[in-house]
Amino acid sequence: MSDGSQRPAGDESPVPEPDYTIESVTDKISSIVLVRPYGYGWLVGFTISFVLMMVLLLATSVLFIKGVGIWGVRTPVMWGFAIVNFVWWVGIGHAGTLISAILLLLKQDWRTSINRFAEAMTLFAVACAGLFPILHLGRPWVFYWLFPYPNTMGMWPQWRSPLIWDVFAVTTYATVSLLFWYIGLIPDLATLRDRSKNRVAQIAYGILAMGWSGSSRHWHRYRTTYLLMAGLATPLVVSVHTIVSFDFTIAIVPGWHSTIFPPYFVAGAIFSGFAMVLTLTIPLRRIYGLQGFITAKHLENMAKIILTTGMIVAYGYFIEAFMAWYSANPYEMHQVLNSRPKGPYAHTYWQLIACNCLIPQLLWIKWFRTNPLALWVISIIVNIGMWLERYVIVVVSLSSDFLPSSWAMYHGTKWDYATLFGSMGLFLMLLFLFVRVLPVISITEMRELVHEQAGHDESHGAGGTKP
Amino acid sequence: MTERVGPKNYCLLAEFATTEEILHAAKSAYAHGFRRMEAYSPMPVEGLAESIGFERNRIPLVVFIGGVVGGSLGYLLQWYSAVVNYPLNIGGRPYHSWPSFIPITFETTVLMAAFAAVFGMLAMNGLPRPNQPIFGVERFALASQSRFFLSIKADDPLFDPNTTYQFLEGLNPYEINRVES
Repeated sequence: MSDGSQRPAGDESPVPEPDYTIESVTDKISSIVLVRPYGYGWLVGFTISFVLMMVLLLATSVLFIKGVGIWGVRTPVMWGFAIVNFVWWVGIGHAGTLISAILLLLKQDWRTSINRFAEAMTLFAVACAGLFPILHLGRPWVFYWLFPYPNTMGMWPQWRSPLIWDVFAVTTYATVSLLFWYIGLIPDLATLRDRSKNRVAQIAYGILAMGWSGSSRHWHRYRTTYLLMAGLATPLVVSVHTIVSFDFTIAIVPGWHSTIFPPYFVAGAIFSGFAMVLTLTIPLRRIYGLQGFITAKHLENMAKIILTTGMIVAYGYFIEAFMAWYSANPYEMHQVLNSRPKGPYAHTYWQLIACNCLIPQLLWIKWFRTNPLALWVISIIVNIGMWLERYVIVVVSLSSDFLPSSWAMYHGTKWDYATLFGSMGLFLMLLFLFVRVLPVISITEMRELVHEQAGHDESHGAGGTKP
Repeated sequence: MTERVGPKNYCLLAEFATTEEILHAAKSAYAHGFRRMEAYSPMPVEGLAESIGFERNRIPLVVFIGGVVGGSLGYLLQWYSAVVNYPLNIGGRPYHSWPSFIPITFETTVLMAAFAAVFGMLAMNGLPRPNQPIFGVERFALASQSRFFLSIKADDPLFDPNTTYQFLEGLNPYEINRVES
């Protein structure tokens, strides 16, 4: 490659593969939505996820009728699956913002192949996350009391509580992610509008594209906006998981009251988010034949990020244990050094260590980073591990805090599991719909990338072939 | 202005195949003295907006104002409700416990800045505008796919249906279309 200096070090294969042109990129990506008939596999996948979503609907209906008593939450463990699932889903969402915003600012060209999909994943994960705190409220139908609005009760939210910070952080995050995703989509929607043959599709994409014409003045403002949105999303994503960790650290419960939480929650979020991106893109690129866009290099880069953030997370666990010991606080020491590794939830704790700290170490070996199947399995293990991590943090601390007389065990009920797996159904169903109706890879950015590469590879301009 | 008696000239639209050609055409047209013109491309082209005389946009200013307004309103909301409207003594903490107000102030800053960025961009671009005269040109559908277009609008002082057409022909485009409104 003549432009090796333009790329991050360690780059071997070009992104995307070099024989693409502006036309073929447009054609290939838009045809997934416009031309390709929906296949049997899509229908089966959609049906399964739809059925799972119906399970969620059933579980929430029963919850609304009977109340949170159907879940396993009992004194002293009043935060159960709902909070575990909330933190897990929010964390998964973070990889999308990281890929779309932070890697954009760092000029990592390879992100172009996966940012659209990862942003969609963010939105849907945040949608799932947002459900849980609301379901967790005793009276979910008055969830809007969380927002500051002039009301007849004359009350305001409690601004000194991290729970209200969380409301603002998550709603801001969801809104900004949606806006960022949508402005990224506008030029692609215009492409779909102009390419589709179906009248209904033309009108629908036409409305969504808002009359985008590709005018250079528009592009000028658009690019500034996109860059500034990336600049806004970058601190936002860090702030969101920091605030989520404040839900724990601001409390004085042993095992929660720790300053390492914000950075290690953020690292954990990126860790699980990239794992989810891998879990989803590995089958996606195979089914839709996108290996030319999402190359082995993407998988390897993501594997490296998982390895790095996984080690930050492992460091977090270590510092937690060290600080508990160093503090000489009996409650903290008991919680972190006794309850977790040796208590009744020890099997959960050691599973989490295996999933998050030990198994990702396989990614030091190049074979595991480049073999899609092996990487896919590891990514699922990481997702499970991160769910277990939140489970250990939430449940073990609450079940054995200060007074042994008030200790009690917690177990999820069938409704807890129904809600968890149901939320996965919702997530997957939204993704299946997304893959059908919107381009999974940003066509515009891919054109830019192809054009740039063509310009670098051949010093003379591309010949003006006329169709 | 609003009375419309039959179709009127809106612009002349020339089509080009590559970024080099559109950049050259845009620069030539600008150098020739045209100002009411526009270039269209399927992706952002470095220097194209500048070549038709659009050097800087005011998005950063709008975003900055949005951020300042959002942050101020967020902080003011918390201060007013916790200090003035409903003071509540929680563990002897000061009513104006500003460190606790920072996270929400940050979030509202980002939120309003993002709203300003997106809606400001759309408003300045005059969007949504689902139908435009140039959309009547069949080949203009390629502007969102692979081809590049340069339009010279009829309200440009130098515009003349015939001489401008000849000028565009001199730029060696693939095709020229007359667009009527």
